[in-house]
Amino acid sequence: MDILWAQSSPLTAREVGRLIAERDLAPTTVMTVLDRLTRKGFLKRIRDGRAWRYEPAESRDSYIAELMLEALEMTGDRSAALTRFAQAVPASEAEILRKALTELEDE
Amino acid sequence: MITATALAALATACALGAWRFTSACWTYRAPRVAIVLWQALGLAWGLATTGSMLAYAVQPYDRGLLHGLIAVAQGREPVSPWDGPHLFALVAGLTALAVLVAVTLTAAAQTLRARRRHRTLLALIARDDPFVPGVRVLDHPGAAAYCVPGLRSQVVISAGAMELLSDDELTAVLAHEAAHVRERHDLVLLPFGALRRVLPWSKVVRDAQAQVELLVEMAADDRARRYCSPRRLATALLRFGTAGAMPTPHGMLGSVTAANVMARVNRLVKPDPELQPHFRYGYLGLSAALLVSAASLWVIPL
Repeated sequence: MDILWAQSSPLTAREVGRLIAERDLAPTTVMTVLDRLTRKGFLKRIRDGRAWRYEPAESRDSYIAELMLEALEMTGDRSAALTRFAQAVPASEAEILRKALTELEDE
Repeated sequence: MITATALAALATACALGAWRFTSACWTYRAPRVAIVLWQALGLAWGLATTGSMLAYAVQPYDRGLLHGLIAVAQGREPVSPWDGPHLFALVAGLTALAVLVAVTLTAAAQTLRARRRHRTLLALIARDDPFVPGVRVLDHPGAAAYCVPGLRSQVVISAGAMELLSDDELTAVLAHEAAHVRERHDLVLLPFGALRRVLPWSKVVRDAQAQVELLVEMAADDRARRYCSPRRLATALLRFGTAGAMPTPHGMLGSVTAANVMARVNRLVKPDPELQPHFRYGYLGLSAALLVSAASLWVIPL
């Protein structure tokens, strides 16, 4: 996935395999992984002659943003999907916390 | 008739109890006991409400609730003939039961799906950091620390949070998340989220859900403080609370208020004495009694 994100143009499975040079992967393995990611909707593929060319469906940053929105509970539904440590409070109430923090740090 | 009346009384008692319980003040001193009592109240209320309707409905069979229902399912002839009110109660009771079960299952399925996607994305995007072994790091300047529960739970922290916290505070936060993972708090929260979906307009249910969310956090704080300095956990909490300064998007006003954060901080810095054992066992006994009475009214013919 990182390799595809680093490239600006869609790649074929063979090109991806060549770029993962440090690990000697069989071309079929690469193809299976790419195919599976496509089926899950993380990659898009386009026909190019006899091969498929793959590219990410969304940018890396937009996926990170999606995870963070879920993490900060901003998606609107309050499901029990994640358990969070703490969340930021509305700006109007943050002052109380800031005061408490300075008090604790001064002691 | 006795069963139906008793179950209706139990349902009313549970509802009244829950309403009183939302403003109880001992809960912060024994969050785990309070969580158990909430679960018992919720389950007993569900059993009693559906049970009272069904008990009235199968009265023509004169053999108790559960056996009466079995008789209906087997298509046997009742002792006295069916009439309007009893048929209506049967339909209403079965519908209520089906809705409760179905919504809980849907909620569980949705949660699992959301988690699966989250986990796949994490596998693609998050990185490992030698500084925090076993924890996935998300490259984002915002502050977030959470866990994706499941059979193989994952603790995730954002790069922004690592920046924000000192080493000791980071340890404290991770201990808190580890406590969530260990005690499977997501399973505690699931039924309350589901009940919220069934009765979205009910204030008691909304308060109950908010209470349980807070109590679960407190229980995790309690466990975490065994492994780290409570004061560091408190400052970490405050830092998270003030870090955001982002406008709250509408439609998500949750239980996150300064009052809640301060309640947790105060507990950590100046802990109240624990609830006396006889109160603790008393409340646990009450929870057991609620469940046993609801279940036995279902099974035993009166």
